[in-house]
Amino acid sequence: MQVASIHFRERASRALADARLQQNLRRFGGGFAEKRAAAREAYGAGAFEALREASARIRDRALESLDAWLARFEAEAARRGTAVLWAEDAPEVCRLVLEICARHGVRKAIKSKSMLSEEASLNEALEAAGVQPVETDLGEYILQLAGEPPSHIIAPAIHKDQAQVAELFQRHHVGKPSTDIAQMTREARATLRPHFLSADLGISGGNFLVAETGSVAIVTNEGNGRMVTTLPRVHVAITGIEKVIPTLEDLSTLNRILPRSATGQAIENYFSILTGPRGPDDADGPEHMYVILVDNGRTRLVGTELQEMLRCIRCGACMNHCPVYQTIGGHAYGWVYPGPMGSVLTPVYQGLENALDLPQAATLCGACELACPVRIPLPELLRRLRERQTDRGLRPWQERLALRAWAFAAARPALYALATRIAARLLRLLADRRGMIRKLPLDPGWTPGRDFPAPEGRTFRELHGGRRRRRA
Amino acid sequence: MRAMRVGLFVTCLVDLVRPRIGFAALELLQAAGCEVVVPATQTCCGQPGWNSGDRASARALARKLVAEFEHCDYVVVPSGSCAGMIRVHYGEVLGTANPLAARTYELTDFLATVLRVGTVPGKFRGRITYHDSCSGLRELGVKRQPRELLAKMPGVELAEMKDCETCCGFGGTFSVKFGEISAAMAATKCDRIRAAGADAVVLGDLGCMLNIEGRLRRTLDTGTRVLHVAEVLAWKG
Repeated sequence: MQVASIHFRERASRALADARLQQNLRRFGGGFAEKRAAAREAYGAGAFEALREASARIRDRALESLDAWLARFEAEAARRGTAVLWAEDAPEVCRLVLEICARHGVRKAIKSKSMLSEEASLNEALEAAGVQPVETDLGEYILQLAGEPPSHIIAPAIHKDQAQVAELFQRHHVGKPSTDIAQMTREARATLRPHFLSADLGISGGNFLVAETGSVAIVTNEGNGRMVTTLPRVHVAITGIEKVIPTLEDLSTLNRILPRSATGQAIENYFSILTGPRGPDDADGPEHMYVILVDNGRTRLVGTELQEMLRCIRCGACMNHCPVYQTIGGHAYGWVYPGPMGSVLTPVYQGLENALDLPQAATLCGACELACPVRIPLPELLRRLRERQTDRGLRPWQERLALRAWAFAAARPALYALATRIAARLLRLLADRRGMIRKLPLDPGWTPGRDFPAPEGRTFRELHGGRRRRRA
Repeated sequence: MRAMRVGLFVTCLVDLVRPRIGFAALELLQAAGCEVVVPATQTCCGQPGWNSGDRASARALARKLVAEFEHCDYVVVPSGSCAGMIRVHYGEVLGTANPLAARTYELTDFLATVLRVGTVPGKFRGRITYHDSCSGLRELGVKRQPRELLAKMPGVELAEMKDCETCCGFGGTFSVKFGEISAAMAATKCDRIRAAGADAVVLGDLGCMLNIEGRLRRTLDTGTRVLHVAEVLAWKG
């Protein structure tokens, strides 16, 4: 997917002006966050926190010896007949998938949700090569019809309402139009069923890679993932290299925290552990199974002050709890991953200079960190990215000058006292009779949407010094 | 036994914009029997630089603040944000052990947890709603403390708003770097405040107060008062 994060400000502005989108964002609101809170309560708050800690440790253990666990995964997967391929970047993902398509004579590929295929713009590559990609996750299917990217990593069409989906279906489906959700779901199901049965290739993501068994674990709620990975002759799972975990026991721990954090479910409707292609005694399954392990920027995080970001298990809790995401929606962020996790990943994967606003586009309120199932210190990582920006001279000169001037004055109490006395008086003069400033001079952005409550007129230090002197 | 010596760090924002919050904090501490010192050279804790990725300037200001307050038994701050900066982040800012970590408190936390005050001097009367500012809540666990103190005031009725723990959109420099988003977040917060049907929204951080009050007044709400918890607790009536 083409990165448009450099336009964050304009995109956010458009999102704020889009009344329909605003209505949809408010309707969804804290839905997932409330469900997560209820799931945490039901699990027991103390036990849930212990589970978060255990999950973080599992992810850290995997990441500390990432190369070794990946080698183990590759060996175990190969022993069970899975071909393991490695892709360094997005073009290589597409090249490998197209090679598989050519090798097996693939004309149609059905897909279950894969954010990596979004990273790689895989659908475009498939279409260009004459292979028809069909998204089968309902949300992804809706977006494929709409020609839009996902706006949320687990609820990709969360920005659309029922009527918008109904309009899309009317345009693309045959038969009587409906706005009834159950009827529309049946329509999508009926449209997708022949694709499931006629596809040559199934493409999935992978929630976890289990090193000790060479398995790919996938969770879904619609069952499409199971059909994508078992019906066609060939299955390709595409995942990031960071998804590896050591053992099945680890998987069972992480699979307790993932659905609860994502949607508040105790377990997903479908949970598949895929270990190799169909064996001689198996009733079903693909004849060929491939796993493409993708770097695409991930190794740039290893061993850095941002490594904790690789713990991420893509549950979406951070965006569900992010007041900025809830206000502007996911498309404003301009690339595959929105919200707090995306604001860390996009600058690293796509270049800090291509996502200048993202590390700054957070109030550092800390809600994401508390919701994160693997305890990624997201606000701190965003702050570290801001340091990188400063170190690389990637902030506007006005901002750097202002910060420097502030720090210079604040380190010199006499100068600071003088400057603040003047500022307090000047700002007081600008106040209207309600004590509000309607327009701040040199305002970088406060007063277009808010008044600025004017200072009292004298500083605390000035007044307190006066009292002290009177007492003496 | 000598009275505990409490250093009051009023914060740069209170110093410049709302000195009365600083005086209210001073009064509350004195009323609770503390010997309060107010270092005259205090300025800023360094958070603007720290959160903007300017480590060097943050470190210089952190060293200055530590030198000014090191002789105090406690450092008390009428702001969860600045108290969080000192208590939680100074270790990393300084690159050494943080000498103030264990003795820096947000004002209501100090009054309720350390001093365990039995009464508060304020005479405020009215129906209030409480906004939990982010750093105080999530970095310092300030939640029950202000409510406990307010509950000691017979004239105060607390009406909780929906999403009282959700960020108001201030975020320090975020409020000007992304003024449009920040104002939209403040608008949501103001809707919640109004829905609570309170005479005043009370909170513990001036930055959030300016954001909320600025948005309320811009949208011509002149009735809902925006008050710092220290002002309410020390209210003259």
